[in-house]
Formats: sequence, structure tokens, C-alpha cells
Amino acid sequence: MSAKASEERTADVMTPEPPVRKRTSGFVRFWRNYGLAVLFIIAMLVIWELWIRIFDVPKYLLASPSGIWNSLQKDWSRYLEPNLWPTLGEILIGFGISVVAGVGLAIVLHLFAPLRRAVYPILIGSQTIPIVVLAPVLVILLGYGLLPKVAIVALICFFPIVVNGLDGLRLVDDDFIAMMRTLDATRWSIFRKVEFPGALPSIFSGMRIAATFAAIGAIFGEWSGSSEGLGYLIQASTPNLQTARIFAAILLLTLIAMALFGLVSLLERIFCPWVSRGGVL
Amino acid sequence: MGERSVGVQRGDLPASESDTVGIAFDGVGKAFGDVVALDGVTFQIERHSRIGIVGPSGGGKSTLLQLTAGLLEHDVGSINVEGETSTQGRLSRCAMMPQRDLLLPWRTALDNAMIAVENRGVSKKDAREQTRPFFEHFGLAKFEDVRPDALSGGMRQRVSFLRTLMAEKDILLLDEPFGALDSITRGQMQEWLLRALGDVPRTVLLVTHDVDEALLLSRTVVVMSARPGRVVTVIDVGMQTEGLSRREIVTSPEFIALKEAALEAIE
Repeated sequence: MSAKASEERTADVMTPEPPVRKRTSGFVRFWRNYGLAVLFIIAMLVIWELWIRIFDVPKYLLASPSGIWNSLQKDWSRYLEPNLWPTLGEILIGFGISVVAGVGLAIVLHLFAPLRRAVYPILIGSQTIPIVVLAPVLVILLGYGLLPKVAIVALICFFPIVVNGLDGLRLVDDDFIAMMRTLDATRWSIFRKVEFPGALPSIFSGMRIAATFAAIGAIFGEWSGSSEGLGYLIQASTPNLQTARIFAAILLLTLIAMALFGLVSLLERIFCPWVSRGGVL
Repeated sequence: MGERSVGVQRGDLPASESDTVGIAFDGVGKAFGDVVALDGVTFQIERHSRIGIVGPSGGGKSTLLQLTAGLLEHDVGSINVEGETSTQGRLSRCAMMPQRDLLLPWRTALDNAMIAVENRGVSKKDAREQTRPFFEHFGLAKFEDVRPDALSGGMRQRVSFLRTLMAEKDILLLDEPFGALDSITRGQMQEWLLRALGDVPRTVLLVTHDVDEALLLSRTVVVMSARPGRVVTVIDVGMQTEGLSRREIVTSPEFIALKEAALEAIE
């Protein structure tokens, strides 16, 4: 930042130039951030493939990368694609609900301290109930369709968003609030201009954690009773020893979770441009 | 209490019997648990005068500012700020410039400076229009849309000071405004602030541990002791500084004599 240095010298003739942001090309940035990860993945796949070929591992025991690739092409239209969309739907709807409800609850609890003290312990306590046991109960309660899966995804995503949101709101520097008070800010104005923007990076952290949980929630839901979805496909393929298809389904699940994570990171970049981060992930 | 002042009256402030008294402290004491921060602080500040408060660190100087602003409640004594004695009333009269610039990192320089205007219910667009003209005068031209992390320390403090001024409060509380700056920038900022304060009739309460800064920027210097903070002495600067540069002022024999008196009082 050359503008800094030149400005310090002359307080009288203050004609510094605003800083210009340096741009690097997208490919260079991508390679710098993820190059090593890409190389590592390729190395792993090669070793995996060679291992299976050299030791002649039966394909019903462990699928090879090439076997998974074949399954992706062969099973795509018949098995994978029809089951991809229901799971994607469950994840997106459940995640969306948990973001709205989680951020909303964090704000309400932050603004009304007595309510926070009343609800917070229950919130923590609710997290000790394993989602695995809760899933069948929700299926009994809400039926066989989309609803229980969405509910489970939302439940599993909800907690990190609320807790991170509350922490973010609570940890805003008191000096900022004092400063705003001497500038005639109302409680609402302090919330809107200082606390909420200050808590946004924290809220996004919670959302990123939630994004990685969402797929797990959808699978739990589907295992507890369903007739479609990637979780259902994995469950149905296991007795038939369709190992490659199982791996292909897992790969798709991973891709969904990573895409959701990337989407949250992208949104953070758009809404919190003042926070500097290395890469997207 | 001084005589009736004939200073410039700003239209938006109601004229009352408190016209001449800016701030009056009477036996003010404040403790945090067992630690007594302030004890029996009594002095008065005439409206639109500039007071510097110096003293060792931890002497409750910042606490005194927070009490004045109504951000804290004192334990004993009374604080009268232009006739206001309640915390809410005092808060409505004072604007504080903290040592840390406390610029909001998600707002541009202009949007930071206009925050008090916005808080008065003015729309964002109008608040920007009202604040923008000051950027030139504050040496911030062309930096309106730059975020604070790209500004130098001196510029950040100027944005912070402009934000405080835009609150249009009669009383400015400056808490170590240049404490975080290097000494050269600090000197430049003092000179700049000296002129900036000359343009606007305000009551200024400046807290600093820098005796030079206090003598340079204020007409009266209150020397406070270490904890518990008490008023040790009050020095009337009364120097003619009109038209002199900072260097000429701080190296004049008069200034040196005042500085010696102040340093002696601190010891």
C-alpha cells in the first residue's frame, strides 16, 4: 500500500492516491489455492487403482476408481440421477429452513436477554440427542415422504448456525457500541449497523459447518424409511454387493456437500468483502 | 462560574441558563469494585473552551470522559453537562472520539463518517451528500469509497474525528485521539486538529498522557494524579498561538515553562 507511506509524510499537502487493488488471473489463484490438493487427489486415485489391479481385489469387495467411473456412466440415468434430485431437494430445503430459522432465533435471543437465558440451555441440551435415534421417530411422526428428511436436515444444520450466530452477535466489541451510543444510535440502529454486520462472518462460519452436516442428515432420514434418494440407493445396493454403485452414490453426496460449502463461501465473499480469506474453501 | 459568554450560538441548541457552563464536575467519585478510579474530582469548563486532561496512565482519565458522556454512572458527586445531569441527557450532548478509531470495517470512509447523520434519521443518500463536502477539508478527498483497512493510521483518525464532528454535538470528548499514531504523524495531526478545532465553536475535553499535546491543543490543562484520580492542579495556558506553527509554539520559552510546571505537577 504505497498510498500509506506517501500520506504520512505530508499532512499539509495531502493529495494521496486511493489504493488500487491488484488482480491476479483466476487460474493462477485457483492453482495457488488448490493445486496441491488436486495433485494429492490424483496421486491417491492412482495408488488406489494400482493397488486393486496388482493385488486383484474382487470388485464386490472394493471398487476401483475406474470401476466407479464406469458405474457413474452406466448407472447414471437408471439409478443415480433419479435418486440424486430427491436428496438434493431434501438438503437444500432443510438447509434453507435451518439458515432462516437459525439466524432468526440467534437474533431474537440476542435482542432479548431473558429469552436467551431461558432457551439457550434447552438448545444445548437438545444437541445431546443423537440424530440417528431421532430420525426414525420423525419418520413415524411425519410420514414416509419428503417432510421427515427435510426436518432432520434442518435439525442437524440448525445448531451450528444458532450457536455461531449468537457468539458472533455477543462478541461484538463493546467500544463500538459505546461509540454508536454517543452518536445517538438507537438499539435497533446499533444492531443493524454494528452487531449484525459484525456477526456476519461468524454466521457464515456456522453455515459452512452446517453445509457439511446437511448431507449426513439427508442420509439418516432416508435410511429410516424412504423409497428414493441416494441414501436409499446405497441401502438398496448393499445386499446386491453393487460396490461401485455405492461408491458412485457416495461421490455424488460428497460433491453436493462440497458445492453447498462452496456456495456458502461464495456468499460470504459477496456479503463480507472486508474479511480477507485465502481461498474459497 | 464564568460570566455570560458572547460566543457563537449554534441554532439547533436551545439557549438556557446553562449557556456559560459547559461541564461542571462536583466531587465526582467512581470505583470499580475495590479499585477507586476517581476521587473527589471538582472542576468546571466554560462553554466552548478547550480543556486538556493529563496524568499518568490508569489515573481514571478515560473513566472521567465516559462519565461525562453518560456511558457510565458515577458513584458520588454530580456531573452537569450543559444543564443535563442524567446519563441519557449527558449522552445527548456529548460526542466521543475514542483512542482506537473504531471505524466499521464493512463501511467505506464516507459511510463511516456519516454514521451520526444516518442515526438522526437522514437517508443514506442525503447523509452522504451532507458528509462528502468535508472530505476535501479533512485531507481525505478521493478516499470516500475506500474501506478503512486501506487507510493509513492518520487518515483513519481523521475519518474518526469527522464522524465525531458530524454528530453536531456541542461537546467533543477526545480520548487519546492520537495515542496509536507514530510521533511524526501525531505532530502533524495535532497541528491539523488545532486548526480544525478553531473552525468550530465546541467545548472540547481532551484526555492525553502527552503534556505537549495537552498544552498545544487546550487553553486550560487539568493535571490529574495516578489512581485514585484527583485533580492536582489546573494550568491556564493563555498563550497567544494565533498564526504560529506547531514547531514555533512547542519550542517557545513560554511553552517550555508551562510544560515544566505541568511535568512537575504530575510528579
